[in-house]
Amino acid sequence: MNHNDTLIGKPLPKVDGLAKCFGTTKFADDLFLPRMVYGKILRAIHPHARILRVDTGKALARPGVLAAITRSDLSIKYGIMPTSQDETALAVDKVRHVGEAVAAVAALDEETAEAALEDIEVDYEVLPPIMSIEEALTAQVRIHEESKWGNAQKEVALEFGDPTAGFAQADYVREDSFFYEGSTHLPMEQHAVVADFSPDGKLTIWSSTQTPHYVHRALAKVLEIPMSHVRVIAPPVGGGFGGKSDPFPHEFCAAKLAMLTGRPVKITLTREEVFYCHRGRHPVKMWVKTGFRKDGAITAMHFRSFLDGGAYSSYGLASTYYTGALQTTTYQIPHYKFEGVRLFTNKPPCGPKRGHGTPQPRYALEVQLDKAAEALGLDPIEMRLGMLTPANSETINGLKVTTSGLRECIEKVRDRSGWSEKFHQLPPGRGIGFALSCYITGAGLPIYWNDMPHSSVQLKLDRSGGVAVFCGAIDIGQGSDSVLATVVAEELGIDPADIRLVTADTDLTPVDLGSYSSRVTLMMGNAAIEAAQKVRSLLFTVAAERLGCPEQDLSARGRKIFSRTDPERALSFAEAVQLAETHFGMLGAVGSYKPPKLAAPYKGSGVGPSPAYSFSACIAEVECDPTTGLVNPVKIWIAHDCGRAINPLLALGQVEGSVYMALGEVFMEEQVFRRGLHKIPSLLEYKSPTTLEVPEIETILVESLDSRGPYGAKEAGQGPLLPVPPAIANAVYDALGVRIDEIPITPDKVLKALVLKERGDSLRVSVPQFAFPAPIRWQPGEKEKRP
Amino acid sequence: MMRLPPFRYFAPATLPEAVKVLADYGPAAMVLAGGTDLLPNMKRRQFTPQALVSVQQLKELRGIRETENGSVIISAGITLHELAAHPLIVSRYPALAQAAALISTPQIRNTGTLGGNVCLDTRCNYYNQSYSWRKALGFCLKKDGDICWVAPGSAKCLAISSSDTAPVLVSLGATFLLVRQGSERLVPAVDFFRDDGINYLNKDPEELLTEVHLPPPQGTRSTYLKLRRRGSFDFPVLGVAAVLRIEPDGVCTAAKIVLGAAACKPRVADNAADMLIGQKVTQALITLVAQEAAKLAKPLDNTDFAYGYRKRMAEVFVRQALTKLAE
Repeated sequence: MNHNDTLIGKPLPKVDGLAKCFGTTKFADDLFLPRMVYGKILRAIHPHARILRVDTGKALARPGVLAAITRSDLSIKYGIMPTSQDETALAVDKVRHVGEAVAAVAALDEETAEAALEDIEVDYEVLPPIMSIEEALTAQVRIHEESKWGNAQKEVALEFGDPTAGFAQADYVREDSFFYEGSTHLPMEQHAVVADFSPDGKLTIWSSTQTPHYVHRALAKVLEIPMSHVRVIAPPVGGGFGGKSDPFPHEFCAAKLAMLTGRPVKITLTREEVFYCHRGRHPVKMWVKTGFRKDGAITAMHFRSFLDGGAYSSYGLASTYYTGALQTTTYQIPHYKFEGVRLFTNKPPCGPKRGHGTPQPRYALEVQLDKAAEALGLDPIEMRLGMLTPANSETINGLKVTTSGLRECIEKVRDRSGWSEKFHQLPPGRGIGFALSCYITGAGLPIYWNDMPHSSVQLKLDRSGGVAVFCGAIDIGQGSDSVLATVVAEELGIDPADIRLVTADTDLTPVDLGSYSSRVTLMMGNAAIEAAQKVRSLLFTVAAERLGCPEQDLSARGRKIFSRTDPERALSFAEAVQLAETHFGMLGAVGSYKPPKLAAPYKGSGVGPSPAYSFSACIAEVECDPTTGLVNPVKIWIAHDCGRAINPLLALGQVEGSVYMALGEVFMEEQVFRRGLHKIPSLLEYKSPTTLEVPEIETILVESLDSRGPYGAKEAGQGPLLPVPPAIANAVYDALGVRIDEIPITPDKVLKALVLKERGDSLRVSVPQFAFPAPIRWQPGEKEKRP
Repeated sequence: MMRLPPFRYFAPATLPEAVKVLADYGPAAMVLAGGTDLLPNMKRRQFTPQALVSVQQLKELRGIRETENGSVIISAGITLHELAAHPLIVSRYPALAQAAALISTPQIRNTGTLGGNVCLDTRCNYYNQSYSWRKALGFCLKKDGDICWVAPGSAKCLAISSSDTAPVLVSLGATFLLVRQGSERLVPAVDFFRDDGINYLNKDPEELLTEVHLPPPQGTRSTYLKLRRRGSFDFPVLGVAAVLRIEPDGVCTAAKIVLGAAACKPRVADNAADMLIGQKVTQALITLVAQEAAKLAKPLDNTDFAYGYRKRMAEVFVRQALTKLAE
C-alpha cells in the first residue's frame, strides 16, 4: 500500500471486456419484453419523388398486423442541429433518397411485418434526381424547395488576416485540387430499438445510439410528449463511429407504434438499412492554393471545399466548417481564407464519421505539402518541423492551442521508421510517405445553445464499500465505461471492479451530451474527478478524526484510507463510508464539466474550438506493383499525442482502430450510386479491410500532459485516422512517382496515372465553379465583426 | 433481421432417397450442401424453393479416392477446406488446391462444398441485392424482371460465373457425375457450364452433382491466379486457370488456359493455348499468348473494380500464370 500507487497509465482490461468475449453483453437487439411485437419500415424506392398517396388499408387487414403509420402520424420536423431541422420520421411530401422511411408497421412477428410492407400502396410522382455536387450546383430542381440557396444547404466564407498580402510575400505558390470519396461507418451492430409505452403515458426506449440526450429531446418534440415523460436508455452500443449520433426514423416509429398498440415494439435494421441511415463521411472536392517561402513556411492559404451532403442537413453545418477549421492548428498560417459549401443531393445524408469533416482537408493539405516540399527541394518532414503551430498559442482563425506533442510525434515516427535511410532510396515499387494531423478533444460548444454542463457524474456510496456511478455517457466500444470506473476508483482508492456503472439512461443518469467529437474522456473524466473528490473529502473528514491525523496526511489507496506518514493508521474504505454515513447521512456527490469559453468573436467561430487538441504523425511504407496497380501497405508507424493515456491499452486500441478505418477509406471504400441506388449496400460487396489486409502497425503514444484534461488526458478515438490516407498517398508517390489526388487509391487509378506520367501528364480532379458570398473578416485581437 | 422464406426441409440419409425427393419436387426443390450461397440468396428472395434437400448426411458425397488408372474422384460434398488441404490434390492438381484455398473465408471453406462452388449461382451486382433493392430498380432478367441492367439492350442475362473451382476443373479436363432417380451421366466440365447467366448449368433440377472426376495429370503443371480487391475474402473478379506440360527439352506439349469471372461461364482460351503447343515457352511467346487469351475477357460493369481494369488484368494474369508454370 503506497500512496503513490495509481491506476492512471496502467493497461487495465476493459471493465466490459469479459461480457463481450462471452457474448453476454445485452445490446438493444438482445432485449425482449413480454408481449413485444416487431416493427418494419417501408422505404422509398426512388431517389427523388413526390408522394401522392400512401394507403395502409391492405396491410392493416393482414392477420397479425397491429398498426401501420404514415406521414400523418409523424410529421413534425426534427434534426440534430437546431438551425437545420429538415427531417421527418416518415417522408411527408417528398422522398429525397432511396431508403428514406415512408411508412411503418407493427406485427406479431417479423415475417408478418415484412409481408405487410408489401401490402402498403404508395403512389409517387418521380422527380429528376440530383446525384452529384456538380448537378446540385446547376440543376433547376430543388431537393428542399423551401431552402434559401438552391441546393446549397450552407455556404461559408471566412477570411483571416490579409491573404492577398500573404500570397504576395510567397516565393512559391501552388494550387491543387483533391477529391476525398465518401464512406460509411460499418459498425458491427446494426441499429436497433425497443420502445415501450406505459398506460400512465410514459415512454421508454432502448436504442443503440451515441447521443441518448439528443434522442431524448427529439422524441419529446416529434411525439409531443413532455421530456419528463420520455426515458431513453442506450444499452451498450456495438460500434458507432458517428453513425449513431442523429435521431433516426426507426426510433420515432418504434415509439409511435408502441403508443398505438400498447405493446413494446422492436425494430432492428438490416445491414442495407444501416447504409440508408448513413450520416457517413462526406464526399468532398477541394481546391487549395498555398503560398510558401523558400524554407517551406506558409505565407498564406486559400482553401475551398464542396461537400456532397446527401438529402438532409444532419450535422452538415458543422461538417462544412470543420473542412476549414483545423488547417491552422498544425501549421502556422499567417493569412488564411476558407470558403465552403454543402450541397443537397438525392443520396442518404452524410454526417459525422470518425474525424468529422477533417480527414478530407487533411488529405488535401498533407499531399499538397508533400508536393511543395519536393518543388522546394526540402525534406517533407524537415520542412514541416520548421512551421509547426507552437503550444500555448492562438491561430489566425482564433483557435487556442494548449499542449502539443506534435514535434515529438514527428520525431518518433521519423526515427522508428528509418525515414532518412528510406525516403527516395527504396527500390522501385517501394515507397515511404509522411503526414501529420490534429483533432479536437471535444467541441467547445454543445449542439443546442445552452450554458449548462456538457457532462455530469453522480456518485452514490453504500455501506458495503461499493460505489455506484451514474453518468449519461454511453460506451460505444471506445471504453468510456472503463475510463469512468478507473477515474472514480483512482480518486477513491478502490478497485474499478468495486464500481457499479449506471450509464446512458436519461431517467437515472445526469446528462452527458454523448459519445461524439472525442469529448467523453475529457469532459466526463473531469466531472467524475470533481464528484469523487467531493465525496473523498467527506471520507477524509471522518477518517482524520478517527485516525487522529490531519486530512492532508491521508491517502486513499488499496481500498483503504491511511496516513501517509504512518500507513499502519488505516481504515478500510467500507469502514470510512460507514463512519461518513453515520456522520453526514446518505453519501453522494455530483460533479460537472463545462468547457471554458473558447470561441473567437466572429460568426462561425463555434466550430473548431476545443479544450485541447490531439496530434498525430504517421509514416506509411508501401509496395506497389506497376503491372497491376495494386498497392500493398507494408507497415504503418503512427505516433499520437493523446495527453495522458489513462489506459494505454484502450488508447492503443483506438489508434489501431483508426488506422484500420483509414486503410479502408484510402484503398477500398466507395459510396457509389447507380440509377439512384447505392450500388453495394452489403458487407460483402462494400469492401473494408480485415485483419489480413492490415499490415503491422507500430503505435507510439506521446503524452503531453494537458492541464485541461483529467490527469492530462486528451483524445485518441478519432485523430489518429487523419494522417494515414495522405501518408499512403505520399508513399505511393515515393514508390511510383505518380500522384493520386483522390481516394480511394484503386489499382485502375494507379495504372491510369502511370500511363499519364509517360505522357508528362497526371491525374486531375475537377472542382466546380461557385460564387461564394463575401467573406466574414477577422483576425486575432479584433472585436466581433459581421459582414 | 432478414428472414428466410418458408420451405419444406428434407434430410435424406441415402443418395436414392435424395434423388427421389429431387424427382418428386422437380424445379421446386433445391439442394442444400454447405448453404453458404443458397441461404443468403434465399433471405434476399433470389430463391424461394418449396423444398430444400440437404445432402449433408449422404456418405456417398464424402471423400477423395484414386482409381486404378490414376484418376482421382472427388465427392461433391467434400468441403473446400478438405479439398485445399488434401495431399493428393495439393501434389497433383495444385491449381485446384490453390483455387479452393482462395475461396472466401476459413469459416466458409469449412462449410462450403466443392459441389456447391461448382454449381455457384452466377453473380451480378444488379442481382445480388435484397428484394426491396431489386424492386426499387424494377427487377432484372435473371429474377422477376425483363431487363438486363448492365446491358439494357441485351436479350440475355450477363451475370458472371464466379466460381473459383469451375475454371480450374475445366482446365484440368474434369468430368462431373450427375445422378438422377434411376440413371446417371458423366458430363465434361467444359460442357457443364452454359453461356447464359440464368440457365448457367447443363443440369436438370432433378439431377444431383455427386462426383468430380479428374484425369491423371500426365506430367502437367497447373496454377490458378485470382483478382479481387480484398485478399481475405471476396469472390473473384477475374480468375485464370492454366495447365502446361513442358517436356525436358523445353517444348510445350499440352496447354490449357481458362478464364473465370470473365463471362457467364468459364471461357476456354484454346486459340491462345494452341499457340504454345510444339513451342519453347519463351517470355515473348507468353506475351503473345496472353494478349490472345485476354481477347476472350469481356467484363461488364456488374462486379467490383472498373471493367476496363479487369479486361487489362486478364492479359497480365495470363502472362503471370504462364510465366509461373514455365519457370
